[in-house]
Amino acid sequence: MTAHAPVPQVAHFTLKNGLEVVVIPDHRAPVVTHMVWYRNGAADDPPGKSGIAHFLEHLMFKGTAAHPKGEFSEYVASIGGQENAFTGPDFTAYFQQVAKEHLKTCMAFEADRMTGLVLTDDVVAPERDVVLEERRMHCDTDPGAQLGEAVQATLFTHHPYGVPIIGWSHEIEGLGREDALAYYQRFYTPENAILVVAGDADPAETLALAEETYGKVASRGEPPRRVRPLEPPSVADRLVTVRDEKVQQPNWQRHYLVPSCRTAAEGESEALDVLGHLLGGGQTSLLYRDLVMEQKLAVSSWAYYHGTALDQSRFIANASPAPGVSLEALDKAFDRVLAKFLVEGVDESALERAKTRLVADAIYARDSQSDLARWYGSSLALGQTIRDVEDWSSKIEAVDAEAVLAVARKWLVGKPAVTGHLLPLEAEAA
Amino acid sequence: MQKHAVVSSPETAVNVKPLVTPRGLIVWLVESYAVPLVSLDFAMRGGAAQDPPDKAGLAMLTASLLDEGAGDLDSQAFQRAMDEKAVEISFRNDREHMSGRMRTLVKNLDRAAELLRLALNAPRFDEEPFLRVREHANARLRHDANDPATLAARAWRSNAFPGHPYGLPADGTLETLAKIERADLVAAARRVIARDKLVISVVGAIDEKGAAALVDRVFAELPAAGDLETVPEAPFGALGRIDTVALDVPQSTIRFGRPGLKRDDPDFIPSLVAAHVLGGHGNMTSRLFREVREKRGLAYTVFGAFYALDHGGFFYGGTTTKNERARESFDVASAEIRDVALNGLGEEELEKGKTYLIGSYPLRFDTSLKIAAQLVLIQLEGRAPDWLVERNRQIGAVTGADVRRAAARAFGDGSLYTTVVGKPEGF
Repeated sequence: MTAHAPVPQVAHFTLKNGLEVVVIPDHRAPVVTHMVWYRNGAADDPPGKSGIAHFLEHLMFKGTAAHPKGEFSEYVASIGGQENAFTGPDFTAYFQQVAKEHLKTCMAFEADRMTGLVLTDDVVAPERDVVLEERRMHCDTDPGAQLGEAVQATLFTHHPYGVPIIGWSHEIEGLGREDALAYYQRFYTPENAILVVAGDADPAETLALAEETYGKVASRGEPPRRVRPLEPPSVADRLVTVRDEKVQQPNWQRHYLVPSCRTAAEGESEALDVLGHLLGGGQTSLLYRDLVMEQKLAVSSWAYYHGTALDQSRFIANASPAPGVSLEALDKAFDRVLAKFLVEGVDESALERAKTRLVADAIYARDSQSDLARWYGSSLALGQTIRDVEDWSSKIEAVDAEAVLAVARKWLVGKPAVTGHLLPLEAEAA
Repeated sequence: MQKHAVVSSPETAVNVKPLVTPRGLIVWLVESYAVPLVSLDFAMRGGAAQDPPDKAGLAMLTASLLDEGAGDLDSQAFQRAMDEKAVEISFRNDREHMSGRMRTLVKNLDRAAELLRLALNAPRFDEEPFLRVREHANARLRHDANDPATLAARAWRSNAFPGHPYGLPADGTLETLAKIERADLVAAARRVIARDKLVISVVGAIDEKGAAALVDRVFAELPAAGDLETVPEAPFGALGRIDTVALDVPQSTIRFGRPGLKRDDPDFIPSLVAAHVLGGHGNMTSRLFREVREKRGLAYTVFGAFYALDHGGFFYGGTTTKNERARESFDVASAEIRDVALNGLGEEELEKGKTYLIGSYPLRFDTSLKIAAQLVLIQLEGRAPDWLVERNRQIGAVTGADVRRAAARAFGDGSLYTTVVGKPEGF
């Protein structure tokens, strides 16, 4: 981290009822981002109830006894605030961005719906239809998204990461009020939540406001436990193919099972970040230069290490073939680039560029209170600490060529993986 | 360096300093030292509306090539130079502008400025990146060839603006991209990249002197004037018609719209308020959201908004619903549009809409990137820096009578031109 870059003074508290509080001051604009993160996500959906975490996220906007249907959203709209929510595999989060004087009211509303949700069948049924439309729009009309789901389901044969966050249609159709309330009562507790306030907020004042609002939510004693079946080591290479008449541009992808920031040995997660950038971060990366510029096998190519997961995670490479190039040719070309990388080693100037880019991203993130809120919130929801977030840049700077080659050998080269092929229908005849 | 009055907007906490540089360029500066960054945004008139019909996509390709080699640096050297200092430089185009953005850590400002200067003053348009970028653009077109939202938007535009540049696909087609040659890009850049239709903003850890020097270094040596085609006023075709594009998917993607008001129309602001209450983006309390999504579960997304271009304003909205209920979804949405056209807004929803639009304005200014983008937008609209204050004053002054009058003019009888992609039932 550059010496002159003032690091935001992040405050971290825990209320008596177990709720964690993080305050990230940024006084440039009179605006705050208020987020609540719950340490449960789609991977905690009970078997047969896929999509319940996400469905409940929708239903959380349906009102409480104190604030019936629509009152919270009406309030946020009436003050010109933005609000939304999202569900990931490992967490669910709700947020509002509002002028700072409205922070306390948002906290009161959000604390109220932590335990006060009221659901009736007449709001649950249309919202289930909304979720089915969401699934149709994002998955069922898009062969690329269907391949993504199939690859994920193949990479994770046992762990619930293999199930789509939004759920499978036939299970969404069966989700009801009782399922939602059971899930809600299990996970929506102060011990399971993290409050993040970023922006024009003072830590001590914010803590006092949190005590007045969230502090009144009764403690449940213990945080809920989430126990997931872990993915066994991969032993099989798998090829997943989706053919669809709508496809006119084929796509190639390769997914490896790798450790996440939570499961990796010391330094491995950061080395995988750097490896991802060297292999496939932008136009100077190995994949782009080889596949796109030199061999002209592909029109685009990238790679990425997805480190933010509670359990195992993914390293992904992707390429769109140039006209006339088969996906089998890209299979071979990717393996060749990876093998060549191991033989030739790491170009020191490329390593420096990759690290410079990754460290700069951490500084660029400080320009945005909502980006910072998401970074800290997601990290804590995965069980990381404030210290982990703040040390990330120096750990990236510490990655050397040896560490990058070591994770490439240990997790990618010659390891079982899932390859995805997206193809048009007519290729079937060939 | 001349100075104009500094405009402080207490609501947004933004102090805009409009400066005239030693070389006579205008830049709006916001100094902010909390994060060691500098952002520069700019825009020039141009954009897809300048594309010849048989070479649609020319403006897109031209903008895409600007970071693919300049001066002594070929494409790979230019990209590497950006990477070495984590400098971000990007160019894009919309219907009527070519615009760009630079972001850098303060310590790398000198290098960033030099790279941006080269990109605009000495772009190479080498054959290798030209062919590569065009092939990538082709791949994107093939990727989206059967994407329902892309198909719906393209079909809607071409029928809504028949024979007008607004009806052309800004990203071109496989046929038009194939007709574009390297020389076309060179000529297009010469016509567009100039000082006469240029607006600039700088935000970040930089003072007035530094900002003026940065702007002069990048832009002062550009040609004084561009050479743009005159774009005629846009006609609006096919009002009242519904076109269906068959696609074998379980859901119908519906896009509808009609002519609207232009930005300089006195009823433009009231029409924006009406559209926000009707179906504003991100408005989870809008009429369309309530009627289509919340009450009936017909769709995940539904929206409607006015868009003001230089040569025509229009209303554009849409939703996506399973094929079996597509007609119901469309009927519910068009009934709400008709109701606003005929009756304007209720007193309470009008007040709520106004307080939302006023209260949400500061959220457009919470990062350097967003501030820089807003300041370019405001300049493109021909506003003075006091628009940061004036905008909310004008919205606050909108009355029920204003909305009724504006809605009657902008929505007329509520009739729409509509495109549906999918296998919709009932159309």
